[in-house]
Amino acid sequence: MTATPVLPGAGPDDRHLVQPRGGPLTGAAALDKLALRRDRIMLPAWIYVVIIGVASNAYTFAKLYKTASSRTSLVASGEGNPALLFLYGRLNGNSVGALTAWRYGVWGALFAVLMSVFIVVRHTRGDEEAGRLELIGSARVGRQAPLASAIGVAALANVVLIVGLSVVLPPLGLPVAGSVALSLAIGTCGLAFTGISAVAAQLTAGARSARGLAIGVLGAAFLARAVGDAAGAGGPAWLTWVLPLGWTEMVRPFAGERWWVLALPLGLFAACCRLAFALAARRDHGAGVFPDRPGRPAASAALRGPLALAVRLQWGTLAGWAAGFAILFAVCGAAGKGIGQLVGTSGALQKEFTRLGGQSAIVNAYLSSLMLLAGLIAAAYGVSAVLRAHAEETAGRADPVLAGSVGRVRWGLSHLIVAVAGTALLLVLAGLATGLGYGLSVGGAGSATARMLGAAVAQFPAALVIVGVAMLALGAVPDGCVAVGWTAVGLAVALNIFGQVLQLSHWVLDVSPFTHVPKLPGGTVSATALAWLCVTGVALCALGLAALRRRDV
Amino acid sequence: MGNAIDVHALVKRFGKATALDGLDLTVRTGEVHAYLGPNGAGKTTTIRVLLGLLRKDAGEVTLLGGDPWRDATSLHGRLAYVPGDVTLWPSLTGGEIIDLLARLRGDGPASNHGELKRRQELIERFDLDPSKKARAYSKGNRQKVALIAALASDAELLVFDEPTSGLDPLMEAAFRDCVNAERRGGRTVLLSSHILAEAEALADRVTIIRAGRTVETGTLAEMRHLTRTTLDAELAGPAVLDDLPGVHDAVMEGTRLRCEVDNTALNEVLRRLTATGVRTLTCRPPTLEELFLRHYADQNHAEERVRVTPAP
Repeated sequence: MTATPVLPGAGPDDRHLVQPRGGPLTGAAALDKLALRRDRIMLPAWIYVVIIGVASNAYTFAKLYKTASSRTSLVASGEGNPALLFLYGRLNGNSVGALTAWRYGVWGALFAVLMSVFIVVRHTRGDEEAGRLELIGSARVGRQAPLASAIGVAALANVVLIVGLSVVLPPLGLPVAGSVALSLAIGTCGLAFTGISAVAAQLTAGARSARGLAIGVLGAAFLARAVGDAAGAGGPAWLTWVLPLGWTEMVRPFAGERWWVLALPLGLFAACCRLAFALAARRDHGAGVFPDRPGRPAASAALRGPLALAVRLQWGTLAGWAAGFAILFAVCGAAGKGIGQLVGTSGALQKEFTRLGGQSAIVNAYLSSLMLLAGLIAAAYGVSAVLRAHAEETAGRADPVLAGSVGRVRWGLSHLIVAVAGTALLLVLAGLATGLGYGLSVGGAGSATARMLGAAVAQFPAALVIVGVAMLALGAVPDGCVAVGWTAVGLAVALNIFGQVLQLSHWVLDVSPFTHVPKLPGGTVSATALAWLCVTGVALCALGLAALRRRDV
Repeated sequence: MGNAIDVHALVKRFGKATALDGLDLTVRTGEVHAYLGPNGAGKTTTIRVLLGLLRKDAGEVTLLGGDPWRDATSLHGRLAYVPGDVTLWPSLTGGEIIDLLARLRGDGPASNHGELKRRQELIERFDLDPSKKARAYSKGNRQKVALIAALASDAELLVFDEPTSGLDPLMEAAFRDCVNAERRGGRTVLLSSHILAEAEALADRVTIIRAGRTVETGTLAEMRHLTRTTLDAELAGPAVLDDLPGVHDAVMEGTRLRCEVDNTALNEVLRRLTATGVRTLTCRPPTLEELFLRHYADQNHAEERVRVTPAP
């Protein structure tokens, strides 16, 4: 560009140039306003959930563990229990602040990441795929403006989150420096993934796969830090440093804050934004990096009926989840070996281990918490698969199926079958992978695999109940089914991941179906509880199908 | 021969809004029936009730001798539907979708030689590339996919909801040819549209609705006033047409004439005009909106209400 600055009154011939020329970012501010208007409920809700989560943890820790000695024993049990390190991260001290950062730092960051991914993809690839950006792009809006505005809105959300947390935590009795460090650690992780999802949105042609890509990176980040934290001193502790989620721990809020670590997520954010803009400048509207190839001119004999269609539509997504599950749980299973060895090497922890039930009990606690995680994530998959039916309906793609010789129940059932079978498949994979990973590293792969398979399958009835809730919502309250389905998943996560340390009453914990699942391996199996879960799950699904039959499409 | 579709006093409400307010519609077996109305009149809502996608609030609805809500599945084996706004599965190709829709309707495997040939003929006729992914199709091409799937079927009833809204004139002509062939083949066609010319070209009988109510129904010959032609002419001198039967609303401003003429009277009118001397002449059929303004504005004026047609 060799543009020379044009001054007002430069000459009559140049007058048309005096009008402000549009740059690639023209219109971004207007798009920001539009995005904030569209997200006026979702955005505050996400921010509220993260702030309340952290604040309630801080409040409860301060109330339940008033004395330093009670906190020290909590820290000792935490450090001695790899399952807890795996789920929450490293313990960096015994102050109320350090415990809060431990219990909710990584998970708070995880929610901030999910929020950022949803915002960015929704306003970039989501709108582009739906054709809305075409209309916007025809107006006086720069080529890069939609991407810039989506990044801007997500960044704004994370900044609001940082400010909100920094304001809320100190009045609860936490030191100011640590509060700010924890807020920044959570918010900058959200920023890092704002950049990552901006890149993902340029790579794929569909919003679904862009979200899948970004959340895949999140899964890898969680896995890397979980293994790094749980493996102990002898294991690959460096893994915690590899991806953004681990950086939130490395900031060490309330335990000698390491401010320079915050440069890592900010640097990643900047680098990813640059990359995303560069990719966006090079590609066509609507296209991903990989062009569409022509497909079959006629359908294969297998593509007949609504079930085959549902399988075809959901197969790619399920394959992605399955690959993620296999890798995640194989690695986590293999990490179980380090946990067994930890007991032998660390004399200081020996006492605590014995109190918890010895080496096998520790390993079992670790493995059973893995299976809880598998159950919760598989339930999340199941809900997303059921909600796919809702997406088909709102896009108008249910009509041609229902206008064929296909009843509503058969249509709904076909997506439900994919959801339920997919959930079961993921759990089987989780069991096999954990068993193989653990068994191959410590020996006895056969028996370990069989044991873990049983433990994983035991999670299925509970996941079925969550899927059933989503199905009932799909049939009875189609407009609210997305909210109901994900709330059910979120509630189960909240109760089963955070419920016990908050010392919630049994009445509350019992609401989640996962509370009733036997803690395998090691726990006792209650056939009655599992049978009740199955009956409840099937009943919810049946009610959902019955409701689907009676309503307008 | 009975009726393929019988709708009597149909009511459908969405919350407080009344979409259909005592609608009547009768489609005889074997006829091409045009279902006309302006945007938001309730055409799509009616079709969705006929397909059993929406549940009626009151009235009688019979489709191919059955109840469209209760017997939806078995009835759908005997009809083919092309929605007004065709959305397809972005990851499937057009060819796959055509086959899939046929199988969902319950047609046997497309191994039958005749069916395969028919499918291929239609794909060539409508100039569709069946190996493209649906995400790459334009609106017109998506519409072609649904049209080919419907026309290739052996359904007795074809339901088209504004089928030509995305087609170019060439494809529109191909569509008209196909519908005329279906009529000769004895199939029943329900064709919703807001374009009167389309109805004139294709339909045996016409039903016109407005604001959820049937305004008029009958053959086009019965609705003579619908087939009037609007004339706009610049003449060499003044002409007198008032005495001719079939001439309406004639206005003479200097040498400029505007009038509406029944098609049967066109010959006589043109004879008079050419006798006077014609400098310019435009003839056009009245638009549906003009007809509504002219014929039905008064009777519906008193009961304007909020009405909606939900997105499909």
